[in-house]
Amino acid sequence: MTDIQVTTRIDVRGETCPVPLVEVRKAARKASPGDIIEVVGTHPASRKEIPMALEALGLELVSNEGVDTDWTIQFRV
Amino acid sequence: MAERTTIIVHSGDMDKLYSALIVANGSLAMGMEASLFFTFWGLQRLTKKGLEKGPLSKMHLLGLGKWMVKRRMAKARVVDLERLLSDFHDLGGKIIACEMTMEIMGIKREDLREDLIDEWGAVGTYIQDARDSAVTLFI
Repeated sequence: MTDIQVTTRIDVRGETCPVPLVEVRKAARKASPGDIIEVVGTHPASRKEIPMALEALGLELVSNEGVDTDWTIQFRV
Repeated sequence: MAERTTIIVHSGDMDKLYSALIVANGSLAMGMEASLFFTFWGLQRLTKKGLEKGPLSKMHLLGLGKWMVKRRMAKARVVDLERLLSDFHDLGGKIIACEMTMEIMGIKREDLREDLIDEWGAVGTYIQDARDSAVTLFI
């Protein structure tokens, strides 16, 4: 994760269903191709569901780190 | 064409409206399109200032049950219906208002939040979206 340039950060810590997913989608819609978006959150289900959404949207998961109650996901638009 | 979720929002109960909007927003977030067809008691929630007025479907207890559930929802940081509806709109979801319900209940266009309504229609408008939907629900 050393040379990844994050374009946008979204903080959904403390938020619950369906906000983390919705915020990911909103950010992806606003971003330009190639942008890297970093999401930080604490909602356990979203940690598995955001990668599912990225796959459905055809976006690339760059990393998914941390624990279920405190995670950081990066993806490329 | 993206897959679509189409939901008939028949109930005006607060908890059922949550279910409809959460499923709809989840669909949009996961790359699908979504249509909400508001009819009967559901349509009343789209009247001006009507969104949060729905009772709890069970144990409403003259409002006490709803108050308790709302309090627990706030503690769990569940967002309000207004936020869910504005997210739905921002992610490109479509809202259809049932014209027959308007006639039966004496609801005029100006009684409704017209800025949120994309189409005014009847069963044909619903079927047109539902026939190609991967998910269809009646809530």
